Amino acid sequence: MSDKLRHYVSTSMFNPNETQELTPEQERFYMASQWKMMWWRLKRHRIAVLSGSILVLMYVSILFTEFLATYSLPHRHTDHIFAPPQSVQFFNKGQFVGPFVLGLDYNLNLKTLRREYTPNPDKVQKLRFICHGDTYKLWGLYEMDLHFICPAPGGTFFFLGTDRLGRDIWSRIIYGARISLTVGLIGIAISFFLGLTIGGAAGFFGGWVDNLAQRSIEILRSIPELPLWMGLSAAMPEDWSPLTVFFGLTIILGLVDWPGLARAVRSKLLSLREEDFCTAATLMGAKPRRVIARHLLPNFMSHLIASATLSIPSMILAETALSFLGLGLRPPVTSWGVLLVEAQNFQAVAVYPWLLFPAIPVIITVLAFNFFGDGLRDAADPYK
Amino acid sequence: MFSYFVRRIFTMLVTLLVVSALVFIIIQLPEGDYLTSYIAELESQGEAVDPEKIAYLKEEYGLDKPIWLQYINWVTGIVQGDFGRSIEFDLPVVDVIGDVFLFSLILNFTIILFIYVVAFPIGVYSATHQYSWGDNGLTFIGFIGLATPNFLLALILMFLARKYFGTSIGGLVDPSFEGQPWTLDKIISLLEHLVVPVVVIGTSGTAGMIRRLRANLLDELNKQYVITARAKGLSESKVLIKYPLRMALNPFIADIGNLLPQVISGSVIVAVIMDLPTTGPVILDALISQDTYLAGSFLLFVSLLTVLGTFISDLLLAVLDPRIRLEGSR
Repeated sequence: MSDKLRHYVSTSMFNPNETQELTPEQERFYMASQWKMMWWRLKRHRIAVLSGSILVLMYVSILFTEFLATYSLPHRHTDHIFAPPQSVQFFNKGQFVGPFVLGLDYNLNLKTLRREYTPNPDKVQKLRFICHGDTYKLWGLYEMDLHFICPAPGGTFFFLGTDRLGRDIWSRIIYGARISLTVGLIGIAISFFLGLTIGGAAGFFGGWVDNLAQRSIEILRSIPELPLWMGLSAAMPEDWSPLTVFFGLTIILGLVDWPGLARAVRSKLLSLREEDFCTAATLMGAKPRRVIARHLLPNFMSHLIASATLSIPSMILAETALSFLGLGLRPPVTSWGVLLVEAQNFQAVAVYPWLLFPAIPVIITVLAFNFFGDGLRDAADPYK
Repeated sequence: MFSYFVRRIFTMLVTLLVVSALVFIIIQLPEGDYLTSYIAELESQGEAVDPEKIAYLKEEYGLDKPIWLQYINWVTGIVQGDFGRSIEFDLPVVDVIGDVFLFSLILNFTIILFIYVVAFPIGVYSATHQYSWGDNGLTFIGFIGLATPNFLLALILMFLARKYFGTSIGGLVDPSFEGQPWTLDKIISLLEHLVVPVVVIGTSGTAGMIRRLRANLLDELNKQYVITARAKGLSESKVLIKYPLRMALNPFIADIGNLLPQVISGSVIVAVIMDLPTTGPVILDALISQDTYLAGSFLLFVSLLTVLGTFISDLLLAVLDPRIRLEGSR
């Protein structure tokens, strides 16, 4: 009797639709919003995620610029002009001492008339962390003197060397990030607004509006970007305050950049406005503004944002290039382009190569934005 | 075809006219003009300013007239081949920029040539060997080339050349040839000095071109007629060259319009850094010193180059692609 195979009977209720029902995972997948799908796809793109995190870190850092910089912006070390970078070491004469730098001995070489610094192995200067240094006002509100890293009392710490006025290049790069990174964001906001409005109107209304927009785009695009930027920024009066110049520059960048975006918006709208849902909205009495903003734009917003991300680096580069040429931002404003002006003098760069360091954050930012934007565009593409 | 040609010429002329007005407005935007800053400079040096001389200069350069009249004079002059006088150099604009413009043309032309010559084989290789090691490697290098700002590349190359070879790679000919008549040695020296700027400015354009050619060729290679051709037993090279490659060439030509502004923009700033006697440094100086006609003519020149480039590429496309040609004559 007992060798008979036992018959299995499930005790749960019989569900005739079982095969058609979705598992929780499937349901999650099919019900996900467009943005969620984008996020999943973006997560699979390793380089884009890495670039994105680098960018987030950089943008967060501009909130704590003063804290991260070793020295405050106006701090000059008159006895350490053109000092070389001091490398951080951990072992001195075979003994572990923790992070420290070696103090520099200064000597003016009378033959070559160069400033020569030699690290002195006896001057061990232990670095301090979360310590008190130059005072500053955090966000213009709170008086503070806390820094992430400080030199030993009486010592110096020039992570990337100093320039011709004895200013710490590392601190200046950190301060420069604040300007250089925001230029692109404000510029792209202006360009985005213009591109959406003009491209939207052109694509939706067609006819003479479209013609006018098309012709202006063609004309704007036939003047090479950089000379146009140069001409416009040369037009900024010299007595403008640095802040006004900064905003003037972002407006110029935005004004020149919008045609590409407007074109994309226009071509998308031209095909979408023939769709039934658009006719339905119009028949129900929606105004053009509402139809464009509410029914049409969301269709390709993700795609637009991705392409906007790809044009931020060109704005950052434009600021750098213009400031480098002396047409953009000017000291005392500190941006990466302004810092690179120091590197224009090749006699100096050949002897003091650390003046080229500000080029590195520019390249990293541009690369990161490119990879991130590329990943974003792939993720936003609904046809893959 | 003919009506397409005529229509295209007409739009080009209108574009150029509007561009010239735009350029003139941009140039006139800064407050004051060259003379006011000139007078201010003289006064700051304590020199007496002769009002008669100023009045003469004003009349000579047409600065006393309203702006719209200045513009009309300038444009009608250009049509007759007179680009106005550079106030700073006190020479006709044509004399100031003749040589410089020639160098600019040579440089930009070489760069475009470089882009095509390099991008073509690499693009074809990448598409036919998709996802191979070679393709992946080239794609990665291309990405970096696309993203690296060319003027920073120039700075770094100049530094490296100086440090490791002890030579200066700036300038367009060796300093010893400056002012010399054109000999074979001078031309060789010119070619030597062209290499670095061409590579520096051309890199991003080449990278972009490779990516586009690869994408287009891949699209074509996946189409059914390619399979048919293979099924009929055509050799692999014939399958590739006969149709897909010809189709993929379209963007190659259409892209001149995008490529030219990019190359010109790049060459302006790289020229300033590498001290090339091309339009870059002169434009910069003219803009800063508010030398109206010089700066204006330059901006117009570079735009003209772009507009002409687009025009030529459109014509070539029309010749190459009957779809465009027929649409134009309809």
